Amino acid sequence: MNTYYLPSHEYARIDGNIAYIGISEYAAKQLGNVVYVDMPEADTDVEAGEDFGAIESVKAASDLFSPVSGAIIEVNELLLDNPRLVSEDPMTNWIIKVEMSNPDELNDLLTPEAYAELCAKE
Amino acid sequence: MEELKTTCLHGQHKALGAKMSPFAGFDMPIEYEGIEAEHNAVRNHAGVFDVSHMGEVRIEGADATAFVNHIFTNDVAALDDGQIAYGMLTNENGGVVDDLLVYRVSDREYFLVINAANIAKDEKWILDQMELFPGEDLSVSLESECWSELAVQGPEAEARLQEIFPDADLKSIGFYRFVELEAEAVDEDGEQIGLPVVISRTGYTGEDGFEIYADEAVISELWKLLLESGVKPCGLGCRDTLRFEAGLPLYGDELADDITPLEAGLGMFVKLDKNFVGRDILAAQKSEGLRRKIVGLEVNGMAIPRHGYEILAPGSEEVIGHVTTGYRSISLGKNLAMALINADHAALGSEVLVRVRKKVFPATVIKKRFYTPNYKK
Repeated sequence: MNTYYLPSHEYARIDGNIAYIGISEYAAKQLGNVVYVDMPEADTDVEAGEDFGAIESVKAASDLFSPVSGAIIEVNELLLDNPRLVSEDPMTNWIIKVEMSNPDELNDLLTPEAYAELCAKE
Repeated sequence: MEELKTTCLHGQHKALGAKMSPFAGFDMPIEYEGIEAEHNAVRNHAGVFDVSHMGEVRIEGADATAFVNHIFTNDVAALDDGQIAYGMLTNENGGVVDDLLVYRVSDREYFLVINAANIAKDEKWILDQMELFPGEDLSVSLESECWSELAVQGPEAEARLQEIFPDADLKSIGFYRFVELEAEAVDEDGEQIGLPVVISRTGYTGEDGFEIYADEAVISELWKLLLESGVKPCGLGCRDTLRFEAGLPLYGDELADDITPLEAGLGMFVKLDKNFVGRDILAAQKSEGLRRKIVGLEVNGMAIPRHGYEILAPGSEEVIGHVTTGYRSISLGKNLAMALINADHAALGSEVLVRVRKKVFPATVIKKRFYTPNYKK
């Protein structure tokens, strides 16, 4: 699966027309233990660049932005009872699953190399 | 950007891999192992905080008692030597310039411990008030650069510290009392000298514990000994979660130049039967009743209330205040907040709403001392 990133540290892992959206390893490490993931309802639409929820550490809440547009077909309900899964393995523990309406948007996102470069500078 | 200041333990924090962040002009450790682990260490065992960023001011002279009582809400004339009072410096409008501890060394010497973020403001305020004060036998020393400070907190704090200070009898130091010791050191000429060490049974966590003020060399050595004895290094992250659970205010959140001590629920530290700057306004506020108040809130739902989030009236959804501090409480597991809201909604048991991003959640007004402190009385 190809993975793309936003500068705000969300990833989109692409499987056909489906994007699994979560936060990067780098962001998870910066946040520390996640205590709550505020997720949207499934079967709602999201626009690229729009906030769809928030992820909270003990200290602070950070908004989550969607890298792609489309329909949210599933939210990761495992995170309701166990938000810490995001801290432990953020790439496996995606937050929402989006059926993309405009896969061309992927061209606007960062490649893993470009994203790694951005993190190195922070 | 102005260069950040550092404490004498800055290198130690870096070596321990602390997450560092600017706080009140200092580069300070926020967490080492993690906020939750550090929080729980203080609740259950013992933790040590580098709080060397705090400021210190000494006021001396025959008129010192009268002057401190003129600028401070609590009554230092009623203290014993070796006793400490918590209270506020208030401005002419009754708002809080700062909240602080006043250590009474004697009736002609007081040691004030002030918030790092307010050092410059407080120093100017105190010096300006001194100019206006009629008493003449009065001197103010700005000592923030002279003192480093550790807070050792938790049920095992006394035992760990006692091992390090075998000559002091720590169990005899009562709550809000202090002793002054001398630490042996060698000066640059190789002479044996004694360096002053102040140890008080005070803190900002809701647990028993001590705060220790001394010179950089003494504090660096003490930090090392405490870590060797198993006391966990704790950052400012859990300092905030701990004080929050105990219902203790933080200047900038629950206290500000335009919030009065009465609004903040700190009336027991305001002695209206003596005169001090802002006293008449506070007396009037007390007799007329408060228009707004800091309350505790428990959110019914998963959402975590955060600083600045709006509080709404149920039904009308009119904005009636804002969250001053909020967390998912580590010790209690609930979503809790302190909030400054209209007094009409501030009675215990009142129902309000908290706006968390795009949704609103019901919340109930509860006592803001969420966690019952374990002080040694």
